[in-house]
Amino acid sequence: MNKEKDHVKVFTRRAFVVVGAQGALLGVLGARLAWLQISEGPRYRTLSDKNRINIKIQAPARGHIVDRFGAPLAVNNPNFRALIIPEQAQSVEQSLRALQKIIDFSEKELQDVLKQAKKSAKFIPVEVMDDLSWDDVTKIEVNLPDLPGLSTQVGERRSYPFGEATAHLVGYVGAVSKSEIGEDPLLRQPGFQIGKSGLEKRFDSVLRGESGTSEVEVNVVGREVRELKNQPSNQGGRITLTIDGELQRFAQNRLSQERSASAIVMDAITGAVYALSSVPAFDPNAFNGGIALSLWEELLANPAHPLTNKAVAGLYPPASTFKMITAMAGMKAGLVDPSRTVYCKGYYEFGNGRFHCWKKGGHGYVDVRHAILYSCDTFFYDLATKVGIERIAEMARAFGLGSKLGFELDEERSGLVPDPKWKKGKTGKSWMPGETIIVSIGQGYLQVTPLQLAVMTARLVNGGRAVKPWVTAGGLADNRMPETGWPLMDIDPAHLAIVKEGMDMVVNEPGGTAYGSRIKEPELAMGGKTGTAQVQRITMAQRAANVKNEDLSWEQRHHALFVGYAPIYNPRYVCAVVVDHGIGGSRTAAPIARDLLTEVQRRNPAESIIHFEDQGAGNGAAAPGSGAI
Amino acid sequence: MRRVGISQSRQSFWSKLWALDWALIILIVMVACIGFIALYSAAEGSFSPWASKQMARFAVAFAGMIVIAIIDIKWWFRFTWLFYVVGLVLLLIVEIMGHIGMGAQRWINLGFMQLQPSELMKIVVVMALARYFHSATLEDMRRITFLIIPLVIILLPVGLVMLQPDLGTSIMILMVGGVMYFVAGASIWIFIAGIAAVLGAIPIGWHFMHEYQQKRVLTFLNPESDPLGAGYHITQSKIALGSGGISGRGFLEGTQSRLNFLPEKQTDFIFTLWAEEHGLFGGALLLGLFGLIFLYCFIISLRCRQNYSRYLALGLSVNISLYVILNIAMVMGLIPVVGIPLPLISYGGTSMVAALICFGLMMSCSMHYDSKVAH
Repeated sequence: MNKEKDHVKVFTRRAFVVVGAQGALLGVLGARLAWLQISEGPRYRTLSDKNRINIKIQAPARGHIVDRFGAPLAVNNPNFRALIIPEQAQSVEQSLRALQKIIDFSEKELQDVLKQAKKSAKFIPVEVMDDLSWDDVTKIEVNLPDLPGLSTQVGERRSYPFGEATAHLVGYVGAVSKSEIGEDPLLRQPGFQIGKSGLEKRFDSVLRGESGTSEVEVNVVGREVRELKNQPSNQGGRITLTIDGELQRFAQNRLSQERSASAIVMDAITGAVYALSSVPAFDPNAFNGGIALSLWEELLANPAHPLTNKAVAGLYPPASTFKMITAMAGMKAGLVDPSRTVYCKGYYEFGNGRFHCWKKGGHGYVDVRHAILYSCDTFFYDLATKVGIERIAEMARAFGLGSKLGFELDEERSGLVPDPKWKKGKTGKSWMPGETIIVSIGQGYLQVTPLQLAVMTARLVNGGRAVKPWVTAGGLADNRMPETGWPLMDIDPAHLAIVKEGMDMVVNEPGGTAYGSRIKEPELAMGGKTGTAQVQRITMAQRAANVKNEDLSWEQRHHALFVGYAPIYNPRYVCAVVVDHGIGGSRTAAPIARDLLTEVQRRNPAESIIHFEDQGAGNGAAAPGSGAI
Repeated sequence: MRRVGISQSRQSFWSKLWALDWALIILIVMVACIGFIALYSAAEGSFSPWASKQMARFAVAFAGMIVIAIIDIKWWFRFTWLFYVVGLVLLLIVEIMGHIGMGAQRWINLGFMQLQPSELMKIVVVMALARYFHSATLEDMRRITFLIIPLVIILLPVGLVMLQPDLGTSIMILMVGGVMYFVAGASIWIFIAGIAAVLGAIPIGWHFMHEYQQKRVLTFLNPESDPLGAGYHITQSKIALGSGGISGRGFLEGTQSRLNFLPEKQTDFIFTLWAEEHGLFGGALLLGLFGLIFLYCFIISLRCRQNYSRYLALGLSVNISLYVILNIAMVMGLIPVVGIPLPLISYGGTSMVAALICFGLMMSCSMHYDSKVAH
């Protein structure tokens, strides 16, 4: 019996051990639970929310760009896209193969999407197709159960109703490149586009708008269960331009008669640009959603540089259009009396060099007005030797040449007004007096943009006000016109009057270089100045053989330039035209200027009031300083 | 210790019913109710498909438990070997069915439920060991030769279950068997030797493990190395538990389970669901209820007057507690993922039936604490 009691004792003891172990293990579990839920709780809470909450960025609609009358230059059209979220598809390839059976989707596109999907994180949607037809959208929607991971989305696609006409000015948008992706998650949205050139690029921050967010609860396969929060996006600001869309289109069409040309029509008083055009252009609508490589290469290879906005980025010798500056410098220096004449025998001898006037045999006696009228080179050669390069350069700069004008296009270039200091710094060599002679007729180192030529002309004919060009109503950049108008320059109005008289005669006096292009309606008549810029030096042999410029290959022909203004009294509009390799200013550039100045006076945009209360503001909120001009 | 049961075995049905361990029954019902609530929530606030079925099963199995409790323990004692043989045969049937082209499976379809013989086998092994050790003296227990037959009793079903293959259940049978040796008074040295043998067998066992079983062990060792792959279950379960915090996400508000991030939420991972929605309070409450149940079983085993009941009551308590502890340890990421349900709570017929059979036998032990079982 004792043995049995002992056995019971052993059992009791060991049963205590067992129940103790049970209790201890439950205690361990309780402690583990407490550790998970108390000290690790917040961390796991976050992980749980990460699991269940998807934050979706809602891309804002891009702000519109309109012309001065409100006509749309850049707007958004609906665009249906198909996306795939790799982590929601069992196999991206399988889903895409299934898609291939439903709609037209090439093998190459499929491989591209697969590559893209491999590159990016699994939860980032990858664009499969874009610009889908409504038919395809319905087909995809109906078959969604067989297409795991796929979804369709209505996006917006940038559209440019004026097409090529505004390609350079407004620019285009494109996919965000790797270097442009910063911290803003908006830029990582598939298919999101940002401004790549022109005003689209310059004012991208204004046009882009603010992204909204939508927090949705998703289940384990990523299906959205409910929306938790929704903060709608704000559309980007609307930008009203000073451009007259129809005039812009007219200019583009007119310039397109040439192989390569650019032109600006501007307000001489305010500096508002009414048309700015560069030919050849491209269709900005083709750039949306990625341009075809072949088209891109074609654009790059074109010797007429269709991707360059030559109106602001083309650099040309101003040629004879510069003669007004030389004249102004001469008059300011007191070296040019209106009645003083110079004898032109067809060339000018300086040192042991001979500088030719464009007219063989010469112009005879010419005064300053006639020197402009005939564009007599000899007169200015003579003047230049007396005035000197410093004063010519100073005058050129005063008229807006040689530096950027603060225009709203980043593509704007500064050009070059040379002087001895520049040459020393650049080449280490001293300035040669002969170089002054060449500069005086707008050749040599001088380089200007068509925009600068238009500004120069405006300053010559508006009574000497230092006008600057601008294209966004009210001046979104720092080129806003002061309340009191542009400041007066330190210029004698009498000198301006003489130059203006010369420019009037160029067009309206028989024998003037642009007489053939005069506007016959007296109230619309224009003044101006032709220019013919040598692309390469005319050799002695060519001069002797009397080689005609048009017999040379296109690349070797002279550039044709014209700067003009209208009307003759109280000029309101100025115009600069450059026809690349257009042979002669009077031959190709002047007729274009005539047509543009006629058209702009007929449309008379300066008399219209721009309403731009919403300039640069999204969703109708008024920007400070709004108003009408 | 106060007497609760009755001393004579031949009592009327009603007085026997009165003499049942109602405190234990209340604890069992409370735990089962937690299970119903959790299943209701797992179905996103719906009785179908799980909660209603589970409640029906519980009702049937509960009645069975009462019947088992009322039957005198001596009858269970007498038929123990028969049960053991039947259990082995059922295991063999499952094994043979698997071989004749029905694919590997662990259950026999009874029409109204799918019976997993291995679950019942765990109980029967405890009964058989209690039966064998019942007449043993302390001296017997110190004789190695005496301890060979129980080893066979354990290893026969373990071998068959291993073939299924069901690693979790085999290990559990081994563990329960070990505890039975322990409480019956086997020498401590046997356990030390046994543990040494197991440790030595690990490399060999690893070699024979199926790839998915190996993967589970490896995943357990470093679950977060592959959060979307094999470690997914553990990681998501820990996220769910942790996000519950002290007071829980609220009834029907557990996002991990509701949004299906949690795998097997109605079966093996139901504790996670419960603790996600009801936090540390809910989790501790459930652990506490189980603790009380084990304590109650311990008291029953101490009160019994003969070895069979003692060993059986404690062995079954250990069996249930192994389920509870291994299941909860698994969902907390303390041990590898093994397919072990949480008794009374996880959705599933066999585990519910098995648990209530255990409790029925325990209550029979308790009520017939001094029943004279034959030697």
